Amino acid sequence: MIPSYDPSMILAILPEILLFALAVLILIIDLIWNPNKLHNLGWVAAAGFVLIMVVAIFTSRPEPTERLIFGGMLRQDWPAFTFRLIFLFAAGITSLLSVDAGALWTRGEYYALLAVTTLGMVLMASSADLIMLYLAIETTSIPLYILAGFMKTDDKSTEAGMKYFLFGAMASAVMLYGFSLLFGFTGETNIYQLVTQFHNDALSPWFLGGAAILVLVGFGFKVSAVPFHFWAPDVYEGAPTPITAYISTASKAAGFAVLVRVMLAVFPAIAGYWSSIVASMAVASMTVGNLIALAQTNIKRLLAYSSIAHAGYALIGLVALSSFGVASVVFYLVAYVVTNLAAFAIVVLFARSAGSEEIEDYAGLSRRSPGLAFALLIAFLSLAGMPPLAGFVAKVYVFAAAVESHLIWLAFIGVLNAIIGLYYYLTVLKVVYLYRSEDENLPIPVSRSSGFALGICIIAIVMIGTLSGPWLNWAVDTARSLF
Amino acid sequence: MIMDFPFLSVITFIPIVTGLLLLLLPGERKTAIRWVALIASSAALLLSLWVYISYDQSLGGYQFQEQYTWIERLGISYHVGVNGMNLPLVLLTGIVMFTGVLISWGIDDRPREFFAFLFILATGVFGVFVALDLFMLFFFYEIAVFPMYLLISIWGWKVTREYAAMKLTLYLFIGSVVALVGALAIYYTSGMQTFDLLELEKAGFSAAFQKLWFPFVFFGFAVLGGIFPLHNWSPDGHVAAPTAVSMFHAGVLMKLGAFAALRVGIMLLPEGARFWSPLILGLATVNVIYGAFIASVQTDFKYVIGFSSVSHMGLVMLGFATLNRQGLTGAGLQMFSHGIMTALFFAVVGMVYDRAHTREIPKLGGFRKFMPLVTVAFIIGGLVSMGMPGFSGFIAEFPIFMGLWQKAPVVAIIAVLGIVITASYIMRVVRGVFFGDVPEEYEGHIGPINTFDKIALVLLSGVLILIGVYPTVMAPLVESGAAAILQLLGGA
Repeated sequence: MIPSYDPSMILAILPEILLFALAVLILIIDLIWNPNKLHNLGWVAAAGFVLIMVVAIFTSRPEPTERLIFGGMLRQDWPAFTFRLIFLFAAGITSLLSVDAGALWTRGEYYALLAVTTLGMVLMASSADLIMLYLAIETTSIPLYILAGFMKTDDKSTEAGMKYFLFGAMASAVMLYGFSLLFGFTGETNIYQLVTQFHNDALSPWFLGGAAILVLVGFGFKVSAVPFHFWAPDVYEGAPTPITAYISTASKAAGFAVLVRVMLAVFPAIAGYWSSIVASMAVASMTVGNLIALAQTNIKRLLAYSSIAHAGYALIGLVALSSFGVASVVFYLVAYVVTNLAAFAIVVLFARSAGSEEIEDYAGLSRRSPGLAFALLIAFLSLAGMPPLAGFVAKVYVFAAAVESHLIWLAFIGVLNAIIGLYYYLTVLKVVYLYRSEDENLPIPVSRSSGFALGICIIAIVMIGTLSGPWLNWAVDTARSLF
Repeated sequence: MIMDFPFLSVITFIPIVTGLLLLLLPGERKTAIRWVALIASSAALLLSLWVYISYDQSLGGYQFQEQYTWIERLGISYHVGVNGMNLPLVLLTGIVMFTGVLISWGIDDRPREFFAFLFILATGVFGVFVALDLFMLFFFYEIAVFPMYLLISIWGWKVTREYAAMKLTLYLFIGSVVALVGALAIYYTSGMQTFDLLELEKAGFSAAFQKLWFPFVFFGFAVLGGIFPLHNWSPDGHVAAPTAVSMFHAGVLMKLGAFAALRVGIMLLPEGARFWSPLILGLATVNVIYGAFIASVQTDFKYVIGFSSVSHMGLVMLGFATLNRQGLTGAGLQMFSHGIMTALFFAVVGMVYDRAHTREIPKLGGFRKFMPLVTVAFIIGGLVSMGMPGFSGFIAEFPIFMGLWQKAPVVAIIAVLGIVITASYIMRVVRGVFFGDVPEEYEGHIGPINTFDKIALVLLSGVLILIGVYPTVMAPLVESGAAAILQLLGGA
């Protein structure tokens, strides 16, 4: 029997409690602080996220054996621990990027919503029960819909919020239908006990397959894999850029956290079936994402399609259906999160002084701000999968996982897509380094907060790329309690 | 103990560390930047020379080894070492890097970024040549590929640079990722949980596996070696690149492809190499003959040299495909000799172009009057290119043909024709550019070359002559490296 409560469980969810406290604290500060000091709210939020990270590392370390807590609602294990840190890191960077982001920086509710959505993600990564999982997903999504449409006077932003909401509601309704089927046939909602129930009831694989597909719709939407990707470009383009950064990294990682956990825990009996569906999603995501990215002229849309392609690469690791495969997914996500945050940090900084998100306006960036141009070089080459950067090892690991599981064809599709990817990343770098512009003498000021955030990400990209051993070990530990 | 000093790591990382330091310097201080670049490249050259001299041939094998665990879980280590095959290439890189910096003294558009990218590239090259770990080899291989894109597209010839840079990068990246899948297959099939090349050499893969995967690995890398029909990026790339980058590119990077094809393809999958060697012989013969023919109809000076590289790299591949002692030794020597020679050629082309602002051979003429040293240097390079005794080209090409004669006499006869065609186009260029009448517009407008250029030319030509008249400085060393490969091939 799963214990429903004992005091040590409070310690296990201390980070979650603190996240909620942070959201409340920010709202209080917003009320009592002098309005012209409020631009420091981003720093407060970032400091809060960092503090919670530290707390999470020291108090909520998983024990050697996984355990279900709160009556089986949550599971205290390595994936929960790892993903929690990923989300907190992304939230911290996003807060720093939001300082000085125009209308956003004085709004307490902006940072409060950010904290709440992070809370949702953290719960997503540790949910072990379908009901808890659904609540967590909604806790994540609803604040994100609001944040995407946060710039109320901007048509594109409101459109983004609305679009995100409509697609999201639809996807989550389909997923919920899948959950209800699972519950209806077994009378069980715990992810880890559904399996035995399937076994006892000798459920038809046809039924399981149908439920798996419904559930995949919801997860596919979260990770923006083809064919559930249609929202991504418009939302990425319209949402405030720091939020785009957050949606494209933390939200996608959260999607992967539940995708991997639920598929492996609930549907092992039909793994061959759903893994071939996931394989076709991976191929479609890589190919469609990369091919459409070729034609983009807006940097945020380019990154949107590239993020669809990256979801495809990461899915390869899941298709491998091996412990190393899952580890490679986790590693890929870590590498992708730091890299994409860096890329968006540059977009934020550039848009703030140049007022444009069109790729052609990046001309002359290397003369206007050599440092920023070099940071862009590192971020984009990491996305393209070039050493000595994080993206390279991450790609090698997912391809290695595919080869290990004799999925050589999938590895080949992956590497061919990497070539298409390289083309459009290089095209942007060409604009940055080669083309001249009339504004060449206007330097681009880099604010302290964003510069700091960018610096951390760049260091992380290089560190993960060159010294990937410890990170890989961590990813393998994480994978062990999933697979 | 002096052997404990991590020479190879220091050589490998000097360039990239310098490159990153350069990026921290203020961009306006161009002279300071050039001097930092020169000092760093001298240091790399001197250290590689030191390693070359102190390599103990009586011991043989891999020396100056360093090994550190890198990614333990997958059995990846940072493992470097040199033997007779890769040591000359390390020295080659040192020489080309040093002379490349000298030749680039005049670059005025963002020299800081130029040298930084060039040096990142150099680290990649050194890293591949000294790598004894498959993962590490890939890691550095890719580092060597991408700076090329920026170097060509930013500082290259305005007419074709964007096209050529993209074409080159995509070709090379396609080759390397295909080879990467092959490398992963090698890793998992060996079941040895290690990427160490010296261990994988003993894996004893089944013949079927070797025959299946050899082409992926070999041709994946051979793209960068310029093998027909995957050579197409190379002349365009050479021509579009700025002088120092052409030197690096034709001089060192093409060897990188050939060397990696040898190191991973032939040395890990010897059975596969034996099976596929007729195909390689055939394609490489096309390289030699076709490259030379195309070179002889070009009117653009730089394209002549670009296609001559394709032709000469064909000889390297022919040497590999013989899979015998003479052929492999010759291929090893040819990699070094051609590297120096082609660097010299591109340096000369650059000097002529900088002064004449055209590379059309019919519009040039009589340059011996303005630049006698350059003329002499080019003629030396030309003689090397024709395989004239007394120059390094002979020392390299003669064993290749000897090896070929044993393996496939018909191919040897056909390939020798390449030398005749080479002689014709080299002499045409010498006459058209350096002799004959000076076109009127150049009279009095052509300035002399500077001291840095002179040092570079003298150094490069000196090496070519030294090896030609005293081959003992290199040939026995390379032969010992070839012997090590033969052991993997079953002592044949």
